[in-house]
Amino acid sequence: MADSIYGLMARFDSASEIFHAAKKVRDAGFKNWDCITPFPIHGLDGAMGVRRSHVPKFSLVGGLAGFTTGMSMIWFTGAFDYPLIVGGKPYFSPLFAFPIAYELTILFTAFATIAGMFILNWLPQHYHPVLKSDQITRGLDDTFYVVIEARDPKFDLIRAKALLTQSGAKEISELEA
Amino acid sequence: MAHSAHTEHAAPAILAEVNPAPLPRAILVENNRSFNWVTEKICGIIEGPTPRWWWISFAVSCFIASFTVLGIVYLVSTGVGVWGHANPVNWAWDIVNFVFWIGIGHAGTLISAILCLLRQKWRTSINRAAEAMTIFAVVCAGIFPVFHVGRVWFAVWPGYLFPVPNANAIWPNFRSPLEWDVFAVSTYGTVSVLFWYIGLIPDLAVLRDRFLKTGNKVKSALYGFFAMGWRGSNRHWSNYEMAYLILAGISTPLVLSVHTIVSFDFAVSLIPGWHTTIFPPYFVAGAIFSGFGMVLTLMLPLRAIFRLEDLITQYHIDCMCKIILATGTIVGYAYGIEFFIAWYGSNPYEGFAFINRAFGHYAWAYWIMITCNVITPQFFWFKKVRQNIVLVWILSIFVNVGMWFERFVIIVTSLARDYLPSSWGYYSPSAVEIFTFFGTFGVFGVLFLLFIRFLPIMPMAELKAVMPQADPHAGHGDSKH
Repeated sequence: MADSIYGLMARFDSASEIFHAAKKVRDAGFKNWDCITPFPIHGLDGAMGVRRSHVPKFSLVGGLAGFTTGMSMIWFTGAFDYPLIVGGKPYFSPLFAFPIAYELTILFTAFATIAGMFILNWLPQHYHPVLKSDQITRGLDDTFYVVIEARDPKFDLIRAKALLTQSGAKEISELEA
Repeated sequence: MAHSAHTEHAAPAILAEVNPAPLPRAILVENNRSFNWVTEKICGIIEGPTPRWWWISFAVSCFIASFTVLGIVYLVSTGVGVWGHANPVNWAWDIVNFVFWIGIGHAGTLISAILCLLRQKWRTSINRAAEAMTIFAVVCAGIFPVFHVGRVWFAVWPGYLFPVPNANAIWPNFRSPLEWDVFAVSTYGTVSVLFWYIGLIPDLAVLRDRFLKTGNKVKSALYGFFAMGWRGSNRHWSNYEMAYLILAGISTPLVLSVHTIVSFDFAVSLIPGWHTTIFPPYFVAGAIFSGFGMVLTLMLPLRAIFRLEDLITQYHIDCMCKIILATGTIVGYAYGIEFFIAWYGSNPYEGFAFINRAFGHYAWAYWIMITCNVITPQFFWFKKVRQNIVLVWILSIFVNVGMWFERFVIIVTSLARDYLPSSWGYYSPSAVEIFTFFGTFGVFGVLFLLFIRFLPIMPMAELKAVMPQADPHAGHGDSKH
């Protein structure tokens, strides 16, 4: 029975309701579940048991790459490929190379951060059962949903429904896979 | 197991004893609006029919923009001689306009990045439009350095600006602040677009689903393509918010560095009046000053036209006026310090440069600058002035004018009267220069009008997040819903 559906989508009407429901679902031991909210709710990560994001690791790699690129580009062009004396200044110095290396650090960090966000979120993902539900319009407007996926090892349709009802869900619907 | 949140917020016992006066938080969305009201309000602007004023403004903007197009076509086909530059003033309106537009952009990044890090929640209702302003201002700014090379394709190939080897295999001169500027401005433009786009993703998803519901499949697909399949998942929000925070964190040093590097264009040279260490902070303050002037110039009409008084409240206007007051006063202080150092430094050339600015051939420009930049913001000390929307708007125009003249004064007066009296001169712009600059306001207008027609002018998700209902601990049991 549970094979034919993607999961359960339960509606909550306020930020505090979903906050408390999220704690209950987390404590019931579910792993493959999510909250759909129109805006990031302060503290909901903790209530869901979501760990700190890994995006900063991407950013760090990007930043280091940018700085290295800037410095080595200026060394390569000015001191290696075509050394040319301009204004009696040295062929290469980290001082005059710094502004450009600094800007490239920021540029590469920005790209890496955004790439990290997309990769960790598996975006773009234009098809998703949640998006197929017509409730998503309200989920991005003023309503909050808890989605428990059927593939979760602890998923049992009747018990999951009971848990969501007990957590204060206003309406529970089954999502097509 | 699930524990009660009440115990976490137990007030210290001392509070009952001292009975502190309640300090209310500023209300960021007036009239206790609901989340749905915000969505309907912002999306309604895009979904409604195109208003007549929009078409009129768009036509006027296109007409004005055509001046830039004609000016540039004439410049490229004839040569840079069509501009009024001549010895000794070889840098003039092109770099004045470039610095002017870049400076305007800085307020957008300040609002989106620095105020984000400082947790100034009032930024949410103005940050989207201010970031759009940043991007369009950078576009207008970029026109000047790109086209001042005359044969514009040389900027890219064979690499006068970007490091692409030219016919003699010589690379750009990385020791020059002008080359630093190329990287600073192109990084700034790119990161501003990225930051803006990331902010747009959740709102584009809202529009995607709304257009799908009303059966407009083409628009739904277009917005949906850029929404990347966003579905409001909190696991996504977690990474999204981290990415947003990092972008804010890197945009802050970026925005400060961009105008610092712009000021290096002057400060690293040896021209009296340019060769001063005060330039970087003074330029950054001036940039933020002019940018907030432009934000007010743009947002106050938008607020009136779209009836956004509940979202851009008097508190928001107060905050912006106070930033203009603070940065304008810093700019005024910098003008004073420049004079002081010119005297205290005992360099006769430096001293002459400043006396000449105030009392020489360009004194008219200097006093316009002082009036607009030093005197105008002082009106914002008064609450009555800040509450008079029409007056605030007029003053914001003065700020824009003043900051253009600041760049003109710095650049032209210093070059027209440098070391040798035999090489002194007087610069006046040519008609082509005036047309090209005038037209950039049209370019900006066209882009901004397209923005307010097709994209949500305020970040809905961020607005909702600062509303009182968004706090999960706000109303246990007595939730307003």
